[in-house]
Amino acid sequence: MKWLSDDRLNHLRSIVGNPDFSSTKYSFVKELGRGGMGTVYLAEDTELDRLVAIKVLNTPEVTDDLRNRMIREAQIIARLEHPGIVPVHDVGTLPDGRIYYAMKFVRGSRLDEYAAQGASLRDRLRKFQAVCDAVAFAHAHGVIHRDLKPQNIMIGSFGEVLVLDWGVAKIKTQMNADEEEGTIIGTQSYMSPEQARGEIDQLDERADVYSLGAVLHFLLKDQSKVSKAADAILLKAMAREKESRYASASELSADIGRLLDSEPVTAYRENALEKVGRWVSKNRFLVLLVLAYLLMRIIFIFTSRP
Amino acid sequence: MDPDTDIGGPLHKFPVTNHSAIVGARSDDQVVRRRAFDTILASYWKPAYKYIRLKWQADNEDAKDLTQGFFANAFEKNHFAAYDAGKASFQTFLRTCLDGFVSNERKAGRRLKRGGDMDHYQLDFASAEDELASHASSTLSPEEYFHREWVRWMFTLAVDAFRRRCDETGRAVHFRLFECYDLNDDNREVSYASLAAEFGLEQATVNNYLAAARRDFRRIVLEKLREITATDEEFRTEARSLLGVDVK
Repeated sequence: MKWLSDDRLNHLRSIVGNPDFSSTKYSFVKELGRGGMGTVYLAEDTELDRLVAIKVLNTPEVTDDLRNRMIREAQIIARLEHPGIVPVHDVGTLPDGRIYYAMKFVRGSRLDEYAAQGASLRDRLRKFQAVCDAVAFAHAHGVIHRDLKPQNIMIGSFGEVLVLDWGVAKIKTQMNADEEEGTIIGTQSYMSPEQARGEIDQLDERADVYSLGAVLHFLLKDQSKVSKAADAILLKAMAREKESRYASASELSADIGRLLDSEPVTAYRENALEKVGRWVSKNRFLVLLVLAYLLMRIIFIFTSRP
Repeated sequence: MDPDTDIGGPLHKFPVTNHSAIVGARSDDQVVRRRAFDTILASYWKPAYKYIRLKWQADNEDAKDLTQGFFANAFEKNHFAAYDAGKASFQTFLRTCLDGFVSNERKAGRRLKRGGDMDHYQLDFASAEDELASHASSTLSPEEYFHREWVRWMFTLAVDAFRRRCDETGRAVHFRLFECYDLNDDNREVSYASLAAEFGLEQATVNNYLAAARRDFRRIVLEKLREITATDEEFRTEARSLLGVDVK
Protein backbone atom coordinates (compact mmCIF):
# COMPACT_ATOMS: atom_id res chain seq x y z
CA MET A 1 0.00 0.00 0.00
CA LYS A 2 1.29 3.40 -0.95
CA TRP A 3 2.36 5.78 1.81
CA LEU A 4 0.13 8.87 1.97
CA SER A 5 2.05 12.07 2.61
CA ASP A 6 0.55 14.78 4.82
CA ASP A 7 -0.29 16.80 1.70
CA ARG A 8 -2.10 13.87 0.06
CA LEU A 9 -3.83 13.05 3.32
CA ASN A 10 -5.12 16.60 3.65
CA HIS A 11 -6.22 16.54 0.03
CA LEU A 12 -8.11 13.28 0.52
CA ARG A 13 -9.70 14.61 3.69
CA SER A 14 -10.93 17.63 1.77
CA ILE A 15 -12.33 15.34 -0.94
CA VAL A 16 -14.24 13.41 1.68
CA GLY A 17 -15.35 16.49 3.56
CA ASN A 18 -16.19 18.94 0.82
CA PRO A 19 -19.36 18.58 -1.18
CA ASP A 20 -19.18 17.27 -4.68
CA PHE A 21 -20.46 20.15 -6.82
CA SER A 22 -19.28 18.55 -10.06
CA SER A 23 -22.82 17.97 -11.28
CA THR A 24 -23.75 21.62 -10.67
CA LYS A 25 -22.68 24.95 -12.13
CA TYR A 26 -20.87 25.80 -8.90
CA SER A 27 -17.24 25.42 -8.08
CA PHE A 28 -16.09 25.01 -4.50
CA VAL A 29 -14.13 27.90 -2.98
CA LYS A 30 -14.01 27.38 0.78
CA GLU A 31 -16.03 26.47 3.84
CA LEU A 32 -17.75 29.42 5.52
CA GLY A 33 -19.36 27.85 8.55
CA ARG A 34 -20.62 24.65 10.05
CA GLY A 35 -23.66 23.92 12.17
CA GLY A 36 -25.78 21.02 13.28
CA MET A 37 -28.12 21.42 10.29
CA GLY A 38 -25.50 21.64 7.63
CA THR A 39 -22.48 23.43 6.32
CA VAL A 40 -22.27 26.67 4.38
CA TYR A 41 -19.70 26.96 1.62
CA LEU A 42 -18.52 29.81 -0.52
CA ALA A 43 -18.74 28.77 -4.14
CA GLU A 44 -18.44 30.38 -7.53
CA ASP A 45 -21.33 30.33 -9.95
CA THR A 46 -19.33 29.49 -13.05
CA GLU A 47 -22.09 30.51 -15.46
CA LEU A 48 -22.80 33.94 -13.98
CA ASP A 49 -19.28 34.47 -12.66
CA ARG A 50 -20.31 35.50 -9.16
CA LEU A 51 -19.82 34.24 -5.65
CA VAL A 52 -22.68 32.51 -3.86
CA ALA A 53 -23.17 30.94 -0.45
CA ILE A 54 -24.30 27.32 -0.61
CA LYS A 55 -25.82 25.54 2.32
CA VAL A 56 -25.64 21.75 2.18
CA LEU A 57 -28.15 20.19 4.54
CA ASN A 58 -27.40 17.14 6.68
CA THR A 59 -30.95 15.93 6.48
CA PRO A 60 -31.19 12.37 7.71
CA GLU A 61 -32.80 9.76 5.52
CA VAL A 62 -33.82 11.88 2.54
CA THR A 63 -36.53 9.98 0.72
CA ASP A 64 -37.66 10.97 -2.77
CA ASP A 65 -40.90 12.39 -1.36
CA LEU A 66 -39.09 14.46 1.23
CA ARG A 67 -36.57 15.67 -1.32
CA ASN A 68 -39.31 16.74 -3.73
CA ARG A 69 -41.17 18.52 -0.96
CA MET A 70 -38.07 20.37 0.22
CA ILE A 71 -37.36 21.45 -3.33
CA ARG A 72 -40.96 22.63 -3.71
CA GLU A 73 -40.65 24.62 -0.52
CA ALA A 74 -37.36 26.12 -1.61
CA GLN A 75 -39.06 27.24 -4.79
CA ILE A 76 -41.73 29.03 -2.76
CA ILE A 77 -39.12 30.61 -0.50
CA ALA A 78 -37.20 31.69 -3.58
CA ARG A 79 -40.26 33.69 -4.59
CA LEU A 80 -40.11 35.76 -1.37
CA GLU A 81 -38.82 38.99 -2.82
CA HIS A 82 -38.10 41.35 0.04
CA PRO A 83 -35.05 43.50 0.75
CA GLY A 84 -34.73 41.83 4.17
CA ILE A 85 -34.77 38.26 2.89
CA VAL A 86 -31.65 36.82 1.37
CA PRO A 87 -32.52 35.59 -2.12
CA VAL A 88 -32.35 31.86 -2.79
CA HIS A 89 -30.94 31.42 -6.29
CA ASP A 90 -31.09 27.71 -6.68
CA VAL A 91 -31.85 24.42 -4.99
CA GLY A 92 -30.81 20.93 -5.91
CA THR A 93 -29.47 17.58 -4.85
CA LEU A 94 -25.82 16.60 -4.70
CA PRO A 95 -24.73 13.22 -6.05
CA ASP A 96 -24.55 11.84 -2.50
CA GLY A 97 -28.22 12.68 -1.96
CA ARG A 98 -27.78 15.78 0.18
CA ILE A 99 -29.88 18.83 -0.60
CA TYR A 100 -28.25 22.21 -1.18
CA TYR A 101 -29.45 25.79 -1.46
CA ALA A 102 -27.51 28.45 -3.32
CA MET A 103 -28.07 31.90 -1.86
CA LYS A 104 -26.78 35.40 -2.34
CA PHE A 105 -23.38 35.77 -0.68
CA VAL A 106 -23.83 38.62 1.79
CA ARG A 107 -20.83 40.63 2.88
CA GLY A 108 -21.13 42.28 6.27
CA SER A 109 -21.45 41.33 9.94
CA ARG A 110 -23.73 38.87 11.63
CA LEU A 111 -26.11 40.43 14.15
CA ASP A 112 -24.11 39.04 17.08
CA GLU A 113 -20.92 40.55 15.66
CA TYR A 114 -22.74 43.81 15.01
CA ALA A 115 -23.95 43.95 18.63
CA ALA A 116 -20.46 43.17 19.90
CA GLN A 117 -19.19 46.25 18.06
CA GLY A 118 -21.11 48.38 20.58
CA ALA A 119 -24.17 49.46 18.58
CA SER A 120 -26.47 51.81 20.51
CA LEU A 121 -29.82 50.66 21.90
CA ARG A 122 -31.75 52.65 19.30
CA ASP A 123 -29.69 51.19 16.46
CA ARG A 124 -30.22 47.70 17.79
CA LEU A 125 -33.95 48.25 18.00
CA ARG A 126 -34.08 49.66 14.47
CA LYS A 127 -32.24 46.63 13.10
CA PHE A 128 -34.48 44.34 15.10
CA GLN A 129 -37.56 46.03 13.68
CA ALA A 130 -36.21 45.44 10.17
CA VAL A 131 -35.81 41.75 11.03
CA CYS A 132 -39.42 41.63 12.26
CA ASP A 133 -40.61 43.25 9.03
CA ALA A 134 -38.78 40.70 6.87
CA VAL A 135 -40.18 37.83 8.92
CA ALA A 136 -43.66 39.38 8.81
CA PHE A 137 -43.41 39.49 5.02
CA ALA A 138 -42.56 35.79 4.93
CA HIS A 139 -45.44 35.04 7.31
CA ALA A 140 -47.80 36.91 5.03
CA HIS A 141 -46.76 34.42 2.33
CA GLY A 142 -47.32 31.48 4.65
CA VAL A 143 -43.63 30.80 5.33
CA ILE A 144 -42.34 30.12 8.85
CA HIS A 145 -38.57 30.47 9.28
CA ARG A 146 -38.14 28.16 12.34
CA ASP A 147 -34.48 29.01 12.96
CA LEU A 148 -34.25 32.70 13.75
CA LYS A 149 -31.14 33.61 15.72
CA PRO A 150 -28.47 36.34 15.61
CA GLN A 151 -26.19 34.07 13.60
CA ASN A 152 -28.79 33.90 10.83
CA ILE A 153 -29.16 37.67 10.53
CA MET A 154 -26.67 39.75 8.57
CA ILE A 155 -26.07 43.47 8.65
CA GLY A 156 -24.75 44.39 5.22
CA SER A 157 -22.05 46.90 4.39
CA PHE A 158 -24.63 49.68 3.98
CA GLY A 159 -26.57 48.87 7.14
CA GLU A 160 -29.15 46.74 5.35
CA VAL A 161 -30.62 43.88 7.36
CA LEU A 162 -30.96 40.43 5.80
CA VAL A 163 -32.50 37.32 7.29
CA LEU A 164 -30.57 34.27 6.11
CA ASP A 165 -30.88 30.57 6.14
CA TRP A 166 -34.38 29.68 5.09
CA GLY A 167 -33.19 26.12 4.67
CA VAL A 168 -35.48 24.71 7.36
CA ALA A 169 -38.36 27.12 6.73
CA LYS A 170 -41.74 25.56 6.23
CA ILE A 171 -44.82 26.43 4.29
CA LYS A 172 -47.57 26.72 6.86
CA THR A 173 -50.18 24.73 5.00
CA GLN A 174 -47.77 21.82 4.48
CA MET A 175 -46.32 21.86 7.96
CA ASN A 176 -47.96 18.67 9.10
CA ALA A 177 -47.74 16.73 5.91
CA ASP A 178 -44.44 14.91 6.02
CA GLU A 179 -42.62 15.63 9.25
CA GLU A 180 -43.03 13.18 12.00
CA GLU A 181 -44.42 14.46 15.29
CA GLY A 182 -41.53 14.77 17.72
CA THR A 183 -39.04 15.95 15.12
CA ILE A 184 -37.07 18.81 16.62
CA ILE A 185 -35.66 21.39 14.26
CA GLY A 186 -34.06 24.68 15.20
CA THR A 187 -31.62 26.05 17.74
CA GLN A 188 -32.35 25.14 21.33
CA SER A 189 -31.71 28.51 22.93
CA TYR A 190 -33.86 30.37 20.40
CA MET A 191 -36.74 27.98 19.84
CA SER A 192 -40.23 28.20 21.30
CA PRO A 193 -41.34 25.65 23.90
CA GLU A 194 -43.69 23.96 21.40
CA GLN A 195 -40.87 23.71 18.86
CA ALA A 196 -38.52 22.28 21.49
CA ARG A 197 -41.13 19.64 22.27
CA GLY A 198 -41.28 18.70 18.61
CA GLU A 199 -44.98 19.60 18.34
CA ILE A 200 -44.90 20.09 14.58
CA ASP A 201 -48.64 20.57 14.29
CA GLN A 202 -48.55 23.39 16.85
CA LEU A 203 -46.03 25.51 14.99
CA ASP A 204 -47.24 28.74 13.43
CA GLU A 205 -46.08 32.36 13.13
CA ARG A 206 -45.95 32.62 16.90
CA ALA A 207 -43.05 30.13 17.04
CA ASP A 208 -41.05 32.66 15.02
CA VAL A 209 -42.36 35.46 17.28
CA TYR A 210 -40.85 33.59 20.26
CA SER A 211 -37.51 33.28 18.43
CA LEU A 212 -37.65 36.99 17.58
CA GLY A 213 -38.17 37.63 21.30
CA ALA A 214 -35.07 35.56 22.03
CA VAL A 215 -33.14 37.61 19.47
CA LEU A 216 -34.41 40.80 21.15
CA HIS A 217 -33.29 39.40 24.50
CA PHE A 218 -29.85 38.83 23.01
CA LEU A 219 -29.74 42.45 21.82
CA LEU A 220 -30.88 43.90 25.14
CA LYS A 221 -29.04 41.72 27.63
CA ASP A 222 -25.91 43.87 27.83
CA GLN A 223 -27.80 47.18 27.83
CA SER A 224 -27.99 48.97 31.17
CA LYS A 225 -30.95 51.27 30.45
CA VAL A 226 -33.80 49.11 29.24
CA SER A 227 -37.24 50.58 29.85
CA LYS A 228 -40.11 48.69 31.42
CA ALA A 229 -41.89 48.92 28.07
CA ALA A 230 -39.00 47.17 26.31
CA ASP A 231 -38.99 44.50 29.01
CA ALA A 232 -42.72 44.03 28.56
CA ILE A 233 -42.32 43.61 24.79
CA LEU A 234 -39.67 40.99 25.43
CA LEU A 235 -41.82 39.09 27.91
CA LYS A 236 -44.82 39.16 25.62
CA ALA A 237 -42.83 37.90 22.62
CA MET A 238 -41.30 35.11 24.69
CA ALA A 239 -44.42 34.05 26.57
CA ARG A 240 -44.44 30.29 27.20
CA GLU A 241 -48.01 29.97 25.94
CA LYS A 242 -48.21 31.01 22.33
CA GLU A 243 -51.69 32.48 22.91
CA SER A 244 -50.06 35.09 25.17
CA ARG A 245 -47.51 36.18 22.54
CA TYR A 246 -47.90 38.73 19.78
CA ALA A 247 -50.11 37.18 17.15
CA SER A 248 -47.68 38.11 14.40
CA ALA A 249 -44.24 39.51 13.70
CA SER A 250 -45.86 42.65 12.33
CA GLU A 251 -47.56 43.30 15.70
CA LEU A 252 -44.19 42.89 17.38
CA SER A 253 -42.62 45.22 14.82
CA ALA A 254 -45.34 47.80 15.44
CA ASP A 255 -44.67 47.75 19.19
CA ILE A 256 -40.93 48.19 18.59
CA GLY A 257 -41.81 51.14 16.35
CA ARG A 258 -43.91 52.68 19.12
CA LEU A 259 -41.08 52.13 21.58
CA LEU A 260 -38.66 53.92 19.25
CA ASP A 261 -41.15 56.80 18.83
CA SER A 262 -41.77 56.98 22.61
CA GLU A 263 -45.41 56.04 22.07
CA PRO A 264 -47.29 53.72 24.44
CA VAL A 265 -46.72 50.07 23.57
CA THR A 266 -49.47 47.47 23.63
CA ALA A 267 -47.44 45.13 25.85
CA TYR A 268 -47.30 47.54 28.78
CA ARG A 269 -49.94 49.55 30.65
CA GLU A 270 -48.35 52.73 31.99
CA ASN A 271 -49.35 54.58 35.16
CA ALA A 272 -49.90 58.34 35.06
CA LEU A 273 -46.38 59.16 36.21
CA GLU A 274 -44.84 56.97 33.54
CA LYS A 275 -47.08 58.59 30.92
CA VAL A 276 -45.79 62.01 31.94
CA GLY A 277 -42.22 60.73 32.01
CA ARG A 278 -42.55 59.27 28.49
CA TRP A 279 -44.21 62.48 27.23
CA VAL A 280 -41.39 64.53 28.69
CA SER A 281 -38.82 62.20 27.21
CA LYS A 282 -40.48 62.35 23.79
CA ASN A 283 -40.86 66.15 23.88
CA ARG A 284 -37.60 66.90 25.57
CA PHE A 285 -36.77 69.84 23.32
CA LEU A 286 -40.16 71.45 23.81
CA VAL A 287 -39.99 70.94 27.57
CA LEU A 288 -36.53 72.46 27.72
CA LEU A 289 -37.74 75.40 25.65
CA VAL A 290 -40.70 76.02 27.94
CA LEU A 291 -38.52 75.67 31.03
CA ALA A 292 -36.02 78.11 29.59
CA TYR A 293 -38.84 80.53 28.80
CA LEU A 294 -40.25 80.24 32.32
CA LEU A 295 -36.83 80.72 33.82
CA MET A 296 -36.30 83.85 31.77
CA ARG A 297 -39.72 85.16 32.79
CA ILE A 298 -38.90 84.59 36.45
CA ILE A 299 -35.55 86.30 36.09
CA PHE A 300 -37.25 89.14 34.24
CA ILE A 301 -39.91 89.50 36.94
CA PHE A 302 -37.37 89.64 39.73
CA THR A 303 -34.93 91.91 37.93
CA SER A 304 -37.58 94.37 36.69
CA ARG A 305 -39.01 95.05 40.19
CA PRO A 306 -38.51 98.61 41.28
CA MET B 1 -19.95 30.38 20.40
CA ASP B 2 -22.42 29.99 17.57
CA PRO B 3 -25.34 27.96 18.84
CA ASP B 4 -25.90 25.16 16.41
CA THR B 5 -29.09 24.57 14.61
CA ASP B 6 -30.03 21.00 15.21
CA ILE B 7 -32.08 18.46 13.42
CA GLY B 8 -33.05 15.18 14.87
CA GLY B 9 -35.39 12.35 14.37
CA PRO B 10 -38.26 11.93 16.77
CA LEU B 11 -36.90 13.06 20.13
CA HIS B 12 -33.33 12.66 18.87
CA LYS B 13 -33.41 8.88 18.83
CA PHE B 14 -31.10 7.40 16.26
CA PRO B 15 -30.83 3.75 15.39
CA VAL B 16 -27.80 1.79 16.53
CA THR B 17 -25.27 1.12 13.77
CA ASN B 18 -25.72 -2.29 12.21
CA HIS B 19 -22.24 -2.96 10.87
CA SER B 20 -20.13 -1.87 13.79
CA ALA B 21 -17.20 -4.06 14.79
CA ILE B 22 -17.33 -2.42 18.21
CA VAL B 23 -20.88 -3.71 18.65
CA GLY B 24 -19.78 -7.08 17.24
CA ALA B 25 -17.02 -7.29 19.84
CA ARG B 26 -19.72 -7.62 22.50
CA SER B 27 -21.44 -10.51 20.77
CA ASP B 28 -21.79 -13.90 22.43
CA ASP B 29 -21.30 -15.46 19.03
CA GLN B 30 -17.66 -16.46 18.65
CA VAL B 31 -17.77 -16.04 14.85
CA VAL B 32 -19.17 -12.52 15.09
CA ARG B 33 -16.63 -11.63 17.73
CA ARG B 34 -13.79 -12.98 15.61
CA ARG B 35 -14.95 -10.99 12.59
CA ALA B 36 -15.21 -7.84 14.72
CA PHE B 37 -11.75 -8.45 16.12
CA ASP B 38 -10.32 -8.84 12.63
CA THR B 39 -11.77 -5.47 11.65
CA ILE B 40 -10.41 -3.73 14.75
CA LEU B 41 -7.01 -5.34 14.27
CA ALA B 42 -6.88 -4.33 10.60
CA SER B 43 -7.83 -0.75 11.50
CA TYR B 44 -5.42 -0.26 14.38
CA TRP B 45 -2.38 -2.53 14.25
CA LYS B 46 -0.15 -0.14 12.33
CA PRO B 47 -0.83 3.04 14.35
CA ALA B 48 -0.50 0.90 17.50
CA TYR B 49 2.88 -0.46 16.38
CA LYS B 50 4.21 3.00 15.53
CA TYR B 51 2.88 4.40 18.78
CA ILE B 52 4.67 1.73 20.80
CA ARG B 53 7.87 2.41 18.92
CA LEU B 54 7.58 6.14 19.55
CA LYS B 55 6.08 6.49 23.01
CA TRP B 56 7.54 3.41 24.65
CA GLN B 57 10.83 3.61 22.78
CA ALA B 58 10.56 -0.09 21.98
CA ASP B 59 12.88 -1.59 19.39
CA ASN B 60 11.21 -3.09 16.35
CA GLU B 61 11.20 -6.67 17.61
CA ASP B 62 9.81 -5.63 20.98
CA ALA B 63 7.19 -3.44 19.31
CA LYS B 64 6.09 -6.33 17.09
CA ASP B 65 5.70 -8.62 20.11
CA LEU B 66 3.87 -5.99 22.10
CA THR B 67 1.52 -5.14 19.21
CA GLN B 68 0.63 -8.76 18.59
CA GLY B 69 0.49 -9.50 22.30
CA PHE B 70 -1.86 -6.59 22.92
CA PHE B 71 -4.37 -7.61 20.26
CA ALA B 72 -4.16 -11.32 21.14
CA ASN B 73 -4.73 -10.51 24.81
CA ALA B 74 -7.59 -8.13 23.98
CA PHE B 75 -9.34 -10.78 21.93
CA GLU B 76 -8.73 -13.57 24.43
CA LYS B 77 -10.03 -11.51 27.35
CA ASN B 78 -12.65 -9.69 25.29
CA HIS B 79 -11.36 -6.27 26.39
CA PHE B 80 -13.00 -4.38 23.53
CA ALA B 81 -16.44 -5.41 24.79
CA ALA B 82 -15.89 -3.11 27.78
CA TYR B 83 -15.84 0.01 25.59
CA ASP B 84 -18.39 2.66 26.57
CA ALA B 85 -19.10 5.12 23.75
CA GLY B 86 -20.43 7.64 26.30
CA LYS B 87 -17.03 8.07 27.92
CA ALA B 88 -14.54 8.43 25.09
CA SER B 89 -13.94 7.64 21.46
CA PHE B 90 -12.93 4.07 20.67
CA GLN B 91 -9.60 5.34 19.44
CA THR B 92 -8.86 6.89 22.85
CA PHE B 93 -10.10 3.77 24.62
CA LEU B 94 -7.85 1.52 22.56
CA ARG B 95 -4.81 3.74 23.11
CA THR B 96 -5.43 3.80 26.85
CA CYS B 97 -5.72 0.00 26.89
CA LEU B 98 -2.52 -0.21 24.86
CA ASP B 99 -0.66 2.00 27.33
CA GLY B 100 -1.92 -0.13 30.21
CA PHE B 101 -0.87 -3.32 28.48
CA VAL B 102 2.64 -2.14 27.59
CA SER B 103 3.12 -0.67 31.05
CA ASN B 104 2.13 -3.95 32.72
CA GLU B 105 4.34 -5.98 30.43
CA ARG B 106 7.27 -3.70 31.14
CA LYS B 107 6.70 -3.88 34.89
CA ALA B 108 6.45 -7.65 34.78
CA GLY B 109 9.64 -7.73 32.73
CA ARG B 110 8.12 -10.36 30.52
CA ARG B 111 9.41 -11.21 27.10
CA LEU B 112 6.33 -11.86 25.05
CA LYS B 113 6.34 -14.86 22.84
CA ARG B 114 5.24 -13.92 19.39
CA GLY B 115 2.86 -15.99 17.37
CA GLY B 116 0.20 -18.15 18.96
CA ASP B 117 -3.25 -16.99 18.02
CA MET B 118 -1.83 -14.16 15.87
CA ASP B 119 0.20 -16.40 13.57
CA HIS B 120 -2.28 -16.38 10.74
CA TYR B 121 -2.41 -12.59 10.50
CA GLN B 122 -0.10 -11.10 7.89
CA LEU B 123 0.87 -7.83 9.51
CA ASP B 124 3.36 -6.00 7.35
CA PHE B 125 5.60 -4.65 10.10
CA ALA B 126 8.39 -4.05 7.58
CA SER B 127 6.31 -1.37 5.82
CA ALA B 128 5.51 0.25 9.15
CA GLU B 129 9.20 0.25 9.94
CA ASP B 130 10.05 1.82 6.57
CA GLU B 131 7.49 4.55 7.14
CA LEU B 132 8.90 5.27 10.57
CA ALA B 133 12.38 5.50 9.15
CA SER B 134 11.51 7.77 6.24
CA HIS B 135 8.79 9.88 7.88
CA ALA B 136 9.93 10.43 11.45
CA SER B 137 7.53 12.15 13.81
CA SER B 138 7.95 15.90 14.03
CA THR B 139 6.76 17.84 17.03
CA LEU B 140 3.61 15.86 17.74
CA SER B 141 2.96 14.35 21.14
CA PRO B 142 2.68 10.53 21.12
CA GLU B 143 -1.10 10.84 21.44
CA GLU B 144 -1.33 13.29 18.53
CA TYR B 145 0.98 11.07 16.54
CA PHE B 146 -1.22 8.03 17.21
CA HIS B 147 -4.26 9.99 16.06
CA ARG B 148 -2.59 11.27 12.91
CA GLU B 149 -1.25 7.85 12.01
CA TRP B 150 -4.66 6.32 12.59
CA VAL B 151 -6.28 8.84 10.23
CA ARG B 152 -3.54 8.17 7.69
CA TRP B 153 -4.02 4.43 8.04
CA MET B 154 -7.80 4.73 7.65
CA PHE B 155 -7.35 6.60 4.40
CA THR B 156 -4.68 4.14 3.21
CA LEU B 157 -7.07 1.27 3.83
CA ALA B 158 -9.84 3.16 2.08
CA VAL B 159 -7.65 3.77 -0.98
CA ASP B 160 -6.79 0.07 -1.06
CA ALA B 161 -10.44 -0.95 -0.72
CA PHE B 162 -11.39 1.53 -3.42
CA ARG B 163 -8.76 0.09 -5.75
CA ARG B 164 -10.10 -3.43 -5.21
CA ARG B 165 -13.69 -2.34 -5.67
CA CYS B 166 -12.86 -0.59 -8.93
CA ASP B 167 -11.04 -3.69 -10.18
CA GLU B 168 -13.96 -5.93 -9.25
CA THR B 169 -16.52 -3.72 -10.96
CA GLY B 170 -14.57 -3.14 -14.15
CA ARG B 171 -13.87 0.51 -13.40
CA ALA B 172 -10.11 0.37 -13.28
CA VAL B 173 -9.89 3.58 -15.31
CA HIS B 174 -11.79 5.42 -12.55
CA PHE B 175 -9.16 4.39 -10.08
CA ARG B 176 -6.31 5.21 -12.45
CA LEU B 177 -7.68 8.74 -12.89
CA PHE B 178 -8.16 9.09 -9.15
CA GLU B 179 -4.64 7.84 -8.57
CA CYS B 180 -3.12 10.23 -11.11
CA TYR B 181 -5.04 13.27 -9.95
CA ASP B 182 -5.84 12.84 -6.26
CA LEU B 183 -2.99 10.57 -5.12
CA ASN B 184 -0.36 12.25 -7.25
CA ASP B 185 2.52 13.04 -4.95
CA ASP B 186 5.42 13.53 -7.33
CA ASN B 187 4.87 17.24 -8.02
CA ARG B 188 3.89 16.42 -11.60
CA GLU B 189 1.51 19.02 -13.04
CA VAL B 190 -1.73 17.19 -13.69
CA SER B 191 -4.86 18.76 -15.09
CA TYR B 192 -8.14 17.36 -16.33
CA ALA B 193 -6.99 18.25 -19.85
CA SER B 194 -3.68 16.39 -19.48
CA LEU B 195 -5.49 13.35 -18.09
CA ALA B 196 -7.98 13.46 -20.96
CA ALA B 197 -5.06 13.41 -23.41
CA GLU B 198 -3.22 10.69 -21.51
CA PHE B 199 -6.23 8.38 -21.23
CA GLY B 200 -7.77 9.23 -24.60
CA LEU B 201 -10.99 10.54 -23.03
CA GLU B 202 -13.11 13.65 -23.39
CA GLN B 203 -12.39 16.19 -20.66
CA ALA B 204 -16.03 16.04 -19.57
CA THR B 205 -15.66 12.27 -19.17
CA VAL B 206 -12.60 12.78 -16.98
CA ASN B 207 -14.63 15.24 -14.92
CA ASN B 208 -17.51 12.75 -14.53
CA TYR B 209 -15.24 9.79 -13.76
CA LEU B 210 -13.32 11.73 -11.13
CA ALA B 211 -16.52 13.00 -9.54
CA ALA B 212 -17.86 9.44 -9.38
CA ALA B 213 -14.53 8.15 -8.03
CA ARG B 214 -14.47 10.75 -5.26
CA ARG B 215 -18.06 10.01 -4.37
CA ASP B 216 -17.28 6.28 -4.09
CA PHE B 217 -14.12 6.97 -2.15
CA ARG B 218 -16.04 9.13 0.30
CA ARG B 219 -18.53 6.33 0.80
CA ILE B 220 -15.75 3.81 1.47
CA VAL B 221 -14.05 6.07 4.03
CA LEU B 222 -17.34 6.48 5.86
CA GLU B 223 -18.03 2.74 5.70
CA LYS B 224 -14.67 2.11 7.32
CA LEU B 225 -15.36 4.65 10.01
CA ARG B 226 -18.80 3.20 10.64
CA GLU B 227 -17.23 -0.22 11.16
CA ILE B 228 -15.19 1.01 14.07
CA THR B 229 -17.69 3.22 15.88
CA ALA B 230 -20.30 1.91 18.25
CA THR B 231 -23.28 4.22 17.73
CA ASP B 232 -24.56 6.57 15.06
CA GLU B 233 -23.84 9.48 17.36
CA GLU B 234 -20.23 8.40 17.82
CA PHE B 235 -19.98 7.84 14.07
CA ARG B 236 -21.15 11.38 13.37
CA THR B 237 -18.94 12.88 16.05
CA GLU B 238 -15.88 11.00 14.80
CA ALA B 239 -16.62 11.84 11.18
CA ARG B 240 -16.82 15.50 12.09
CA SER B 241 -13.88 15.72 14.47
CA LEU B 242 -11.49 13.25 12.89
CA LEU B 243 -12.26 13.53 9.23
CA GLY B 244 -13.87 16.96 9.17
CA VAL B 245 -17.03 15.78 7.45
CA ASP B 246 -20.72 16.07 8.20
CA VAL B 247 -22.58 12.88 7.56
CA LYS B 248 -26.17 11.88 7.42
